[in-house]
Amino acid sequence: MRPTNLSYTSREQVDVYSFSWPVSVGLPLLLFGLQAWIPVRFHYLRVFDFGLLLTIFFAVSRRNQLSGTLTGAAIGLLQDGLTRTPFGAFGIAKTLVGYLASSIGIRIDVDNPGSRFLLAFVFYVFHRAVFLGIEHELMGQSISINFGYEAGAAAANSVMAVFLFALLSRFKIRE
Amino acid sequence: MLRPARCGSGSYSQRPGASAVVPGTLWAVLAKVLNSEDMNFFSRHKNTLVLAAVLLAQLLALGVQVKRQTAEGPVRVIRLVAVNSVAPFERFFIYIGGGMRGIWSNYIDLRNVRRENIRLKAEFEQVRLDRAREQEDARQARRIQALLGFKENWIDSTVAAQVIGTSGTESSRLLYLNKGSSDGIKQDMPVITPDGVVGKILTVYGDTAQVLMISDPTSGMGATLVNSRLQGIIKGSSTGRVQLNYIMGDETVKPGEALVTSGSDRIFPKGLPIGVVTQVSMGRNLFLDIKVKPAADLDRLEEVLVITEQKWRAPDTTGLGPIRASDILAQHLPGVPEPPQAAAQQAGQVAPANQPAQAPNAPAATQKPPVVKPAVIKPAAVTVPAKDASAPKPKPRVPAAKNGASTAAKNPVQKPAVPKPVAAKQVTPNASGAKPKSTAIEGGHPE
Repeated sequence: MRPTNLSYTSREQVDVYSFSWPVSVGLPLLLFGLQAWIPVRFHYLRVFDFGLLLTIFFAVSRRNQLSGTLTGAAIGLLQDGLTRTPFGAFGIAKTLVGYLASSIGIRIDVDNPGSRFLLAFVFYVFHRAVFLGIEHELMGQSISINFGYEAGAAAANSVMAVFLFALLSRFKIRE
Repeated sequence: MLRPARCGSGSYSQRPGASAVVPGTLWAVLAKVLNSEDMNFFSRHKNTLVLAAVLLAQLLALGVQVKRQTAEGPVRVIRLVAVNSVAPFERFFIYIGGGMRGIWSNYIDLRNVRRENIRLKAEFEQVRLDRAREQEDARQARRIQALLGFKENWIDSTVAAQVIGTSGTESSRLLYLNKGSSDGIKQDMPVITPDGVVGKILTVYGDTAQVLMISDPTSGMGATLVNSRLQGIIKGSSTGRVQLNYIMGDETVKPGEALVTSGSDRIFPKGLPIGVVTQVSMGRNLFLDIKVKPAADLDRLEEVLVITEQKWRAPDTTGLGPIRASDILAQHLPGVPEPPQAAAQQAGQVAPANQPAQAPNAPAATQKPPVVKPAVIKPAAVTVPAKDASAPKPKPRVPAAKNGASTAAKNPVQKPAVPKPVAAKQVTPNASGAKPKSTAIEGGHPE
């Protein structure tokens, strides 16, 4: 599980982290509560997808594809429960993000702000593409894409990821 | 349990106890499969296979739900768990946020309060004036509706609720309220603010209710354009934009025109403000593409009203006085302007008298002050021949009489209400035999 034979990774990078149960369960609930509440007061903060950021964070920290897949599925299904979308729409998108993020977490350094920004940006765009694809192809809904808005939202989420990941790193437990 | 790749023994059949496997049985076949290359493939690609399984399960679930939109069944349980898990956090944030805002707005941020108070007082006076005028209009409208047998959909009771959360995503425009079935809220109840329509109740839980906003792509509501009276369907979109659909391309709709609920959906009462048309363009399929700015600020909702009871009933005309056909006639008959000379004469003669020559047994309704067209009301014109026999003979108001008489005769509803005896009483005191000026219409209603 620890690819220490890769020369381009430092010891820090190959460490695998875990999280306590209260953090694994409580943190998603807390952040979803925050995400549901924030737009009531500040509607323009609706762009933040804390579920996605949390999925990426858990996946790259645990560096386990199985864990990343299941975490993404659980968070996505929880998000589906809070919206009018059928169960599975956010679930599928976040499952894929969890799997891919944990795969990337094994191979590259994801602990510096620059890579975190890029990681969040790429995965936000990927997540939106998958979700809109599901919405259009499987659910038969008409979609309209505003590329400028989507790029802005991706950048905003990436900036948020840099700060949020630094904050959440305090809950890591080195295995 | 059956983990040949990890048991370290290399083969399932080589494990202790495995020697009991009898060749040719089902158990032997299973052991052979587990020891095969295929099984090694499964263990090697465990992560990818789990990913595929999870995705497949969700795809299946998605397919089932999309096909069966209305029958939620077991899905509703999952949704219930999700909502109830997050609702306490939402309540917590509302509680903390409300406290902080209360301290700030009630104790710290009190600048300009005095100036605002003065401005509001002035505004209040203006509103009072407007209200008095509108009340008069409303009374008149109710009289007419009662006369024509119209029934209205009345809002009987509402429940105020606080918005405690949203769906948290761009694609789904939902709100969560702090009131649920225990407060009498049911599915499909309309949700409004004093500014306009917000949406309808989608799902109700014990202490929470989910509101589908009019900006959600799956919403729909009957709407009427106030000026052109065209009817269409209000729908949302995935970007949260509200639009009016199904208005034909050859119709004329201008930006700035207001929209109200049409009541055709049997959910929203008729006449509630929805919003204003902001942009009109030719869309697909011969329909106009009409963008609407909602009257209620859907992005800044904190408190809403849920309409819990509506009733269809005739308008309440208590205290409005008797309903008379003359009130209706007054709305439709044109007033005849008095020639300036005659008007001056009448004014000179009538001013000192200032006493209406009302017969003692005349209907009280004829003394009612005018409502709609004060300029046409001339009680003096009725009294002149009675009080002053020597007065010059005024010209009869033939056009008005003709018009009114013919209208009254043609209309069976209006006819009985034209009180001919009043006209007769007003005419009889004319001792000089002068032709009476008043007619049935004039005696029948003061206008």
